[in-house]
Amino acid sequence: MRQFLKVVAFMVVTVGLFAGYSNLGIPQIQPAPPPTEEKIDLSAMTMDQFVALGERLFSGKGTCTLCHNALGRAPELGEIAISSQARLDDPRYAGSASDIEGYIRESLVDPSAFVVVGFGKAGSNDTESPMPSVNSGSIGMSDPETAAVIAYLQDNGGLEITVEIPTDLGEAEDEGEATNSGEPREPITDIQELVDNHACEACHTITDAAGDIGPDLSKIGATQDRDYIRQALLDPNAVIAEGYEEGFMPDDLGQQMYATELEIMVDFLSNLK
Amino acid sequence: MKGTGSLRNVSNKLIYGLFITLVIGLVSVFGGADLFAAYAAGTEAAADAASTGGYGPAPVTTAADYPSYAGVNGRLAIWIFAQLHLWFAAFVLAVPIFVFIIEVIGMRTRDKRYDDMAYEFIKVSITAYSLTAILGGLLLFSLILFYPDLFSYLSVIFGESMFYYALLFFGESAVLYLYYYGWHWLQGGLKKWIHLTLGLTLNAVGTTLMLLANAWLTFMMSPAGVDPAGVFSGDTWAAIHNFLWNPINIHRFVANIAYGGSIVGAYAAFKFLTARNDQEKAHYDWMGYNANFIAICALLPLPFAGYYLAAEIYAYSQQMGITLMGGIFAWLFIIQAVLIGTLFLSANYYLWCGMGRSDGAKRYTKYIKYIAIVLVGAFLVWFTPHTLVLTNSELKSLGGPHHSILGPLGIMPAKNTAVNIMITFTFLSFLFYRRSNKVATVSWEKTGNIIQVALFSAGIVNILFLGIYHGYFTNTVYKVAASIPQVMTTFTVIVGSLILDSFIYRGAKDVGPLHWGRIPDRAQYALFLLAVAFTWLMGLMGYIRSGIRQHWHVVDIMRDNSPDAYTPTLGYAANVVSIATIMFLAMVIFVFWIAQVSTKKSLPAGYWKE
Repeated sequence: MRQFLKVVAFMVVTVGLFAGYSNLGIPQIQPAPPPTEEKIDLSAMTMDQFVALGERLFSGKGTCTLCHNALGRAPELGEIAISSQARLDDPRYAGSASDIEGYIRESLVDPSAFVVVGFGKAGSNDTESPMPSVNSGSIGMSDPETAAVIAYLQDNGGLEITVEIPTDLGEAEDEGEATNSGEPREPITDIQELVDNHACEACHTITDAAGDIGPDLSKIGATQDRDYIRQALLDPNAVIAEGYEEGFMPDDLGQQMYATELEIMVDFLSNLK
Repeated sequence: MKGTGSLRNVSNKLIYGLFITLVIGLVSVFGGADLFAAYAAGTEAAADAASTGGYGPAPVTTAADYPSYAGVNGRLAIWIFAQLHLWFAAFVLAVPIFVFIIEVIGMRTRDKRYDDMAYEFIKVSITAYSLTAILGGLLLFSLILFYPDLFSYLSVIFGESMFYYALLFFGESAVLYLYYYGWHWLQGGLKKWIHLTLGLTLNAVGTTLMLLANAWLTFMMSPAGVDPAGVFSGDTWAAIHNFLWNPINIHRFVANIAYGGSIVGAYAAFKFLTARNDQEKAHYDWMGYNANFIAICALLPLPFAGYYLAAEIYAYSQQMGITLMGGIFAWLFIIQAVLIGTLFLSANYYLWCGMGRSDGAKRYTKYIKYIAIVLVGAFLVWFTPHTLVLTNSELKSLGGPHHSILGPLGIMPAKNTAVNIMITFTFLSFLFYRRSNKVATVSWEKTGNIIQVALFSAGIVNILFLGIYHGYFTNTVYKVAASIPQVMTTFTVIVGSLILDSFIYRGAKDVGPLHWGRIPDRAQYALFLLAVAFTWLMGLMGYIRSGIRQHWHVVDIMRDNSPDAYTPTLGYAANVVSIATIMFLAMVIFVFWIAQVSTKKSLPAGYWKE
């Protein structure tokens, strides 16, 4: 019996060590909640807001940055002004687009229409793209959302924005903040996750990303104190930085964040010097 | 128990056995595919019928479509029942495979020890069959109760295969009872052949059951045979033979053998510790050695099977692949590294302790510390995360999220290098163990050893070169290119070395009799560690396999709209896996205990009429 108890204790302690390490030795990242329905009033949206929506979709719901990033898993989209026309002129091009907007749309909804050399599925000889269509399956963007991403890509690539803001559809999906479980979520403690969840870098330059819709925050701690930063987060329209417009920054962050999250954000920003 | 068994003979027989296992596995996987293909032909008519609109789209659910009973969390209940069912299923599918092989070895060598050991293995697993079925039933009821729309949708697609599954389960039970209860009856001559045929049939039916169940779960990951709205084409074979079916089949087949070996190893370890005399100790030491050998043989190719599965997931869906390896689950692989490190270190430690059975082992013990250092080094590389959680000031002082020199240790080329090195050195441990009781008699022994050292050295240099080159000097797209040549290098070293070694030690002399039972008690704890780490690791990897579907019941086809349609944190998952592991271990202890009870007799004086 003694031997039996020793073995049982050994096994329980081993399991406890594995569980302890997983809880205490590994950062506990709260995965993003599933997308939830959100009504977007497109009729009252300016083109800048539409582009900002496109950027948010690009790095959020569209999951585009998983591959279109500096690691080179998928083609770089910053030079879309040059590359789109070159691809339309490419003898391999067999799609149906006749202009750059059409090409970008086709690339989003039918990625295999033209595959950039070196980026096709293994064994497909660059005839099949590993990218899923953005308006089906797990991404499931609506037509207005696809248009917003096109507007963002055109703007980001230095092109004239030719896509129009749809007026006939007022409902689109967006990354929701809360799960529909009805239960309070766990507070987020990782600053990067907070920044990602609130898509701060869609408008602001913080570390690497270079959003320019809002003020550059990469050295905000050198010029502003904690109280200013806290106020800017809770009531962004109270003081508008010179050269920027009122109304872009969401004014409900105070409702979206826990107090602990707000303070983590304030700590982080005030240390950016 | 004979204390003088030849180590070489044991090893050679088991290597032969491993070969048979692989053949059975391949025949089962691909032969099974043929059977299904034949069945599929019959479903073509159904496919035609479907084109007329016989099936509807996948259900669109709301939170109200997920009932709650007695405050039980549906997802948690299904998770735990599914995991417990899977552990037992893996165990009861694996044991007959090596029981059959050991029985064949016993028949060929006419060494009764093998037959007795095979019988003891099947005996300890027999109660586990009932538990597997009970837990499968609980899983089924939980699915019907908590996720009725999902089960209904899957039933539309797999209804026929579910029916055949139930029939096969009856077949499995019938063959199992004949195989087990007929063991002593079907001995000798033609009867033994009949018994072996039953064993083979048992394995074929068991493997087919696994293939069917795998089809249902892989359909949820990589659906096929349905249109984008989820309307079933009527072609069951297309749904079964979905993109990830065979990668999972291969991975599970290999993993089950390693797992089964580790569980019976724990049984043998416990029996060793509680043995009442030296004879029992020797018997269970021998049993533990064989169980550990089975586990290691399957453990060595397991990372490759896992890599193949991950590569296929990536090929099926780049998004899913990145979620798996680069998204929120990336940190899970650090936990996995701890588990795999535990597995390799405990398996090696047991081998090193086991060298004490031979008086000739002293020639090799001086090398063990170097193997240990290399294994720990490889473990640390595998353990290195890619992205660190840093404060802003730490980010600045580091110059970015990745360290310029240590950063590449977090990506695949380094991980592949680490695992190949671990496998190569584990094989080296085995080689030393194999040689420990032998003295070569061939005249070219020295030359053979030089060739062998050169083979190992060249292999290790090549693995390191490929890892360093692809880790530091290529861009992202080409970083995984090192994996195949590294695997081939490891494979070449192992096979080449085994062949060479078998020639060097042909006709070799024994140093002396092997002292079975001469092994420290702490070595038995290495076997317990192996079993616990394996169980826990399987639970963790089950979480990730299921978790990469994210908020989809069936990826891109049927969305999960339940209140629990979010991915839990690693800590939460680890807690669930830990609780389930303890439940499983408690049940396994019961299974082992009940196997003991069946052999105990008590004679109450005066109770029965004389």
